Order: sequence, then C-alpha cells, then structure tokens
Amino acid sequence: MTVKQALGLQHVRLGTYYVVNLPDADDFDFWRERARALVQCEVPPDRIAWVEPGGSGDLFSHGERRMPVPPADARPVRANRRFVQLARNAALHSDTERFALLYRLLWRLQANPRIMEDKADLDVRRIEELDKNVRRDSHKMHAFVRFRLVESDPDALGEEAGEHYVAWFEPEHHILRANAGFFMRRFSNMRWSILTPRGSLHWDGSIMSEGPPAQRSDAPGGDPMEDLWRKYYASIFNPARLKVGAMLKEMPKKYWKNMPEASLIPDLIAGAQNREAAMVEKGALEFEERPDTLEGIDRAIHACRKCPIGALDNNAVMGEGPRDAALMIVGEQPGDNEDLQGRPFVGPAGQLLDVHLEKAGIDRRTAYLTNAVKHFKYVQRGKRRLHQNPGAKEIDTCRWWIEGERAIVQPKLVLAMGASAARSVLGRTVSISKVRGKPIPLEDGSELWVTVHPSYLLRLEGPAREEQARLFDADLAAVKVRLGEVRG
Amino acid sequence: MSSQSVLQKLEILADAAKYDASCASSGTAKRNSMGGKGIGSTEGMGICHAYAPDGRCISLLKILLTNHCVFDCHYCVNRKSSNVARARFTPQEVVDLTLAFYRRNYIEGLFLSSGIVKSSNHTMEQLVEVARILREEHDFRGYIHLKTIPEADPEIVHQAGLYADRISINVELPTDSGLTRLAPDKSAAQIEGAMGKVKADLVEAKDARKRFKHAPRFAPAGQSTQMIVGADAATDSDIVGKASRLYDSFKLRRVYYSALSPIPDASAVLPLKRPPLIREHRLYQSDWLMRFYGYKPAEVMQATEADGNLPLDIDPKLAWALKFREQFPVDVNCASKEQLLRVPGLGVKAVGKILASRRHRTLRLDDVARLTLSITKVRPFICTVDWRPVLLTDRADLRSLLAPKTEQLELFVA
Repeated sequence: MTVKQALGLQHVRLGTYYVVNLPDADDFDFWRERARALVQCEVPPDRIAWVEPGGSGDLFSHGERRMPVPPADARPVRANRRFVQLARNAALHSDTERFALLYRLLWRLQANPRIMEDKADLDVRRIEELDKNVRRDSHKMHAFVRFRLVESDPDALGEEAGEHYVAWFEPEHHILRANAGFFMRRFSNMRWSILTPRGSLHWDGSIMSEGPPAQRSDAPGGDPMEDLWRKYYASIFNPARLKVGAMLKEMPKKYWKNMPEASLIPDLIAGAQNREAAMVEKGALEFEERPDTLEGIDRAIHACRKCPIGALDNNAVMGEGPRDAALMIVGEQPGDNEDLQGRPFVGPAGQLLDVHLEKAGIDRRTAYLTNAVKHFKYVQRGKRRLHQNPGAKEIDTCRWWIEGERAIVQPKLVLAMGASAARSVLGRTVSISKVRGKPIPLEDGSELWVTVHPSYLLRLEGPAREEQARLFDADLAAVKVRLGEVRG
Repeated sequence: MSSQSVLQKLEILADAAKYDASCASSGTAKRNSMGGKGIGSTEGMGICHAYAPDGRCISLLKILLTNHCVFDCHYCVNRKSSNVARARFTPQEVVDLTLAFYRRNYIEGLFLSSGIVKSSNHTMEQLVEVARILREEHDFRGYIHLKTIPEADPEIVHQAGLYADRISINVELPTDSGLTRLAPDKSAAQIEGAMGKVKADLVEAKDARKRFKHAPRFAPAGQSTQMIVGADAATDSDIVGKASRLYDSFKLRRVYYSALSPIPDASAVLPLKRPPLIREHRLYQSDWLMRFYGYKPAEVMQATEADGNLPLDIDPKLAWALKFREQFPVDVNCASKEQLLRVPGLGVKAVGKILASRRHRTLRLDDVARLTLSITKVRPFICTVDWRPVLLTDRADLRSLLAPKTEQLELFVA
C-alpha cells in the first residue's frame, strides 16, 4: 500500500460502524452507488449494516448514517461484468444477508479480480445460488401468473374496451418490478394488473404504473374460461404415465393455491390407476397364450368373445384341410350354412368356389380353407339370419386366430378372397382391383394373392357376371401356375 | 355433431392429443407485441405454464382440429376403425380458444394437429387457416407449432411454415417394416420426402434472409419429428441409428420419442404390454449425449447390451463408461473438456465449472464435490490431487455399486 493510499485512510474513522438504509428492497442501483463509495473509502465488509425497508434498523441505531466521502484520487472500483450481472439479480432475493454478501464479494474482487471464476469459492457459490433462485422465481412468475377477466369500466375506449385482466401472485423474492417488462411485451394491447403482497403493477396499454402491496381479496375470484382450462388440463393428462414427482419438482405445491387447474390434481392422481386399468382393459385384449395346434385353436375360437360377433347365438367355424397344405384359401366369414354345419365353404358361395377351383385344376382337398372371421355375423329378420359384413375392428381382432393357423400350416401361398380376407392377412384395407393378379410378399416368406370373394359373383348377373367370372378364373389360374413354381 | 359444446369438443380433442410427446415452445425468433395490434411474445426460452400429474409440461394448447381420420394406423387412438368419440373444431373455434387461454397466461401458444378428413390437402388447408387467422386477423405473436401431413401438397406445407414457428412431420415408427405393418396408409418414402422438402424450404428462407432483411421467415424454430417406441420390434440401436440419420439428413431440431401408451380401443395387432416409460427416458438421455456431449451415434450403440437395447437400470453414459473402463480415471486437473464430458455424473455445467475453477486452484475431491450433484457417482471415474480410484474402476461389481438403489429394493418386495 502506498503512502498516498494510507493517507486516504484518514477519511475513515477507524472502528466506525456504517448503516446504509436502502429506499427499496430491490434497489440495486442505490446499493451499487453506496458500495462503490464505501470500497473507495476502504470500509471493510464487517463494518457495514445494509438495512432494507421494514428491516430491523434499530439494532444498528448506534451506527454512522452519513456516508464517508471517497478521496478525490481514490482508485476506481473494479467489478467485472459477470459480477454485476449476478449481483443485479441476486439483489432481488429475499435473503436479508444478500447486500452484505454482494459487498463482501465486491471487496474481495478488488484484491482478486478473477475471483468470480473460482466456482468452488463459498461466496461465489452463494451469489450464484441466489441468482439461480431469483431466476427460477421469475420464471415461475412468467409461467404461473393466471389472469382473470374483469368486465369493468364499460366507458373505456379502444378495441379491448372494458376488458381488464387481473392476476394475484405471491412471488418469493422481490422480482415484481424486474418482470414488468416481460408482461408488458407479451400483453402490450391488453389492460392488465398484477397484484402481489409486495406491490402491484398496472398496464393500460401504453403506461406502466406501480401500486401499493395488495391482498388476495383485492383480486377477482373466478373466470368462466377456467372451466375450459380445467377441462383441457384434465384431458391432456395421460393417466398411463403418472409421474407425480416430476410434476412436483417443477410445480411445487406453494404455487398451487393461485392456479385454477391445480385443484384437480389430487383427484386426477387418485383416479389415474383406475383410468389406466380401464384403458388397458378396453384396449389391449387379454388373449391368453395362443394354442400351437389346430385342434387347440378350434377349441379356443369356440370360447372366444373378444368381439361382439362371438356373443351372437352362433357356432365357430374352424378352417379345414391338410396340416401342411401349400395353399391356404381365406374367405370372409362363415355364412348361415357354414355356421349350421360347422365347416367352411359349404354354402352357395362355397359351391361356386368348388366349380372354379376345379376349372383351374386346383384340388380343394389339397388346400387349407379358412375364414378371416371365425363366427357368423348376422341380424335376425323373422326366422332368417341375414349376413352382415364384419367391421375392420372385428377382422383385426380375429387376426389373432388366423395368424395362429398360418403359423401352424405354413402355406407357401395364401389366396385371400375379398377385402376382409386381404385385411386379415395384411392388416390394412387394399383395393382388390389394384392388387389382384400379382403376388404380395409376406413377412414369413410366403406370398399373398388377392381376388374377389365368390359371393360377389353370385350377386352379379348377365355380362357383368361373365366378365368377373373370367377374371376370377384368371386369378385362380395364376395361383395354380405359381403353386407349381413354389412347390418346385 | 354441431350440438356438441366447445367444452365437450375440447375434452375429446385434447384427450386425443395427449399421446403426443412433444410440447416444446423454445428456440424460435424473438418477438413481442409492442407496436402491434395483438398480443404475444417469444423470448427464446419457452415457458412451461403448468405440469400435469404425468410429469409432462403444458406449454402449448395441444389439440387436434378433428379426430375423425380416414387412415387406420394401428397404434393411433384416432384410427378409422377405433370406436372413440369423435369431434371437430372449426378453425375459428380453435383461434378463439387459443386467444382466450393466451390472454389469461395459461399457454405460450398453439400446437395443432389433426386427423385426416376428406383429403390430406383439405386437412392441411384447415390447419394453415387456423394459423393464418391467428397471425393475420389477430396479429398473434405467440408460438405456433403445426403438425403437417406428409401426404399434403408441398405448397400448402410451405404456407404452414410461413405462419408457424415450428413444423413437424411424424416418422411414426423407427423401422420401415414397422411402418408398413402398423401404419398401412403411410409410406416412409413420402414422410422423408416431405421432411426433405421442409429442409429445403428452411435452407432457402435462411439464405434469403441473409440477402434481404425483410424476406419472410420460415418456421424459425425449425422442424421436429416423433417416433413411437415399443410398438414394433425395433431395438434401441435401431432407434438411435434412425434418429441420427434423421438429424443428419433433415437438420431436425428435435426427435421426440413416445412410449407406446395403452390406448382405449386398441388394435389387436399391437403388443399387449406397454414398454416401460424408463426406456423412453433412456432414449432421451442418449439423444442428449449426442446433442450436447459429443457422443457419436455408434458410441451410443456401443452402450447397448447384447439384445441391442440400452440397459434400463443405469443411464447410457454410465453404461458406456463401464464398457470402456480403460478410458478412466480422468484427471480433473488436466483432462480435456471432451474427456471430462465422458465422466458419468458430470454434466455440461459441472464440466464448465471445473474448467473455470482449475485455472485458480488445483482441485481436490472436496472441490469437485461442491461443483457436482453427486460425488459418489463421479468418484470412481476421476482422480484429483488427493484421490485416485485405482481399485474401484477394476471392481467387477462397480455397476451394482452405482446403479440406483431403488432397483435393489424390488428384490425384497417380491
């Protein structure tokens, strides 16, 4: 220390205890100005009490309230940008020790200008912690302020006439003023107020004004839009993913009381397991282990009630044919005759199929014949049972069984007759006219051929029927040729 | 259908959107409503306005314009063959809801998706119309994320990018075979073609802004995608590989993973058990390793087990470190940043603090403990002037020492 600096010390009465009264709890600039002078007068940190409004200044009534005057040639105070950034934010913290901490760091910065880089230093860690808390509180304010619409001032002019949005919020730190800009930039063309126990902000669309601390009862109690918001909140929650800890970490309970949606949380959590169970029950069908013999599947389909068809008064019809057939023929579902006899393709459509198979030179007895859906779907009209097409959902459910048959028989070719049959093999609906006459490779290495269902031919008359019968024959002939190739 | 109230529609159409994992609202251009006629601002960081009990944040009003759909994807609750209740918003209803929620500070903006009705083009036009009304008629400056429909005309998708902050196109499933089986109406080529077109639009718009200050912005928050995990047989290796190809090929900002959730009225084709949510978490962690820790996709794949999946009991970084023990211990006082980033338990922030602090002091174990969340996890992999874990890294049971203890508790529950 130079002699000159030592002389500077004469300005300070050694042993003096200074008391600095801050005009506002968040007045960083005031602190900075006072701190700069105190450092220049070399007043050590333990000789200063920083008192904010409402703080216990009486304890320090014996302290010196007049600020020392720095010597004219005092060294400029050094503080790097990182420190100022952190200090400005940390000053908003509710910790009453914060200004003392800031001063202590500023004091230490004079001897060690790079102290802020030492992340293991206790003071540096503390100021970073304060800064982090304040930033988090600000972030939560941006997130959790909930405006309520108050229809007041009907004489007001402008587009949003009479609409005033008012929020009640309880920040943990002195962040209200620092966050005014955020809300102003976001809601520029809205009239709004944010009321807090530490003060209030009012924006009328062009001017920001500050008001005194408020009470919760000063803020409006509800908003019709909250019903919609709560409905949204409850609906977007997926009960199958309950993670309460993750929610509490980001949205601690202290904020809940001012958030309209938070009142739903206990019930949502309590009901989640039941809702998930219901979703799983309605969703994933609880199939048991699939039998690995055709006889086992035959028994199982008689007991299957996974779709409404199984609950009708009907039989179940199992596929039939050699256990190692190279060709599997898939129809739609059993009809009235099939249901009564318990065998596939024995009704009018089956008889027509037999005629065409013979024409193509395919021996029905060498093929495995089955249906996409195992039960007869019908509506009762007097004494008659009228055939009904199975729905996509029913076909998809029944895939469980036909996949079992395919896994056991392992045909080289599958001939699907009609859109339902094709869907049960492919899992999607295809247009028959687009895919007929050419093989579609399947995952297990076999091939799918698609054609129309013979019952389609039965419904046609005259030239149209002749034309379709010709196409049907062509499809069967192509299958016959391919069958010869894959058999080798 | 017109007899449904907005409340009833909201319930159906938010419920239908709850399976979608992505909800981010960050990374777009900064703007605010000063000097405009409307409301809204984006300041870089997105804001989560609430958290649901599933731990996911609510940042945007995430809804479907309609859950009617002509497609029949097996994993999707809105597929044609599903028996769920159906509803349909008009574009104006979505606009009104968005603005009403935004004014009350419930949300950062809108994330709009839709089932496909009439045609892909018609649906895409409706989505764009919502964004247009918000931007042009209400001067809304909040965040808009539009889910685009790969089958739609690229010109309409381009329009979407002019109004939206982010656009996304779902790849749906990690493998082409999974897509063929479970999303029969979709095609991988079409999806990737649409992503490629969006990427070209992004590049072009960025280039134009370099030349002309007032060139229109195109999706300033970029494009993202989502894939469903656990619906097909894809391994974590497959998934990581797919994600990294997508990042490379289409300059995606994010790839979201969504564990297959039980859905009401599920298709019989789906696996009967849902995959553990922890798998989704491990995939996000691996994504993080590639984006922020400098791991190559091949290195993440090295962390998988014999079946191609990441271990569920420990995180992928620890899994990698345990496989490559010869890389450790790392000396915190002289190791490079890249080496430090490989230490399990050291995050990007902790590494930054270590690098800054060691210019001032030689770090001891206590110093490192102050800079990290858990020294126990880090200790076996580092050395300091007063610490050297010679024995520990060689211990065969290191994994069980470091795996979370809750896992062990389950042994006694049974």
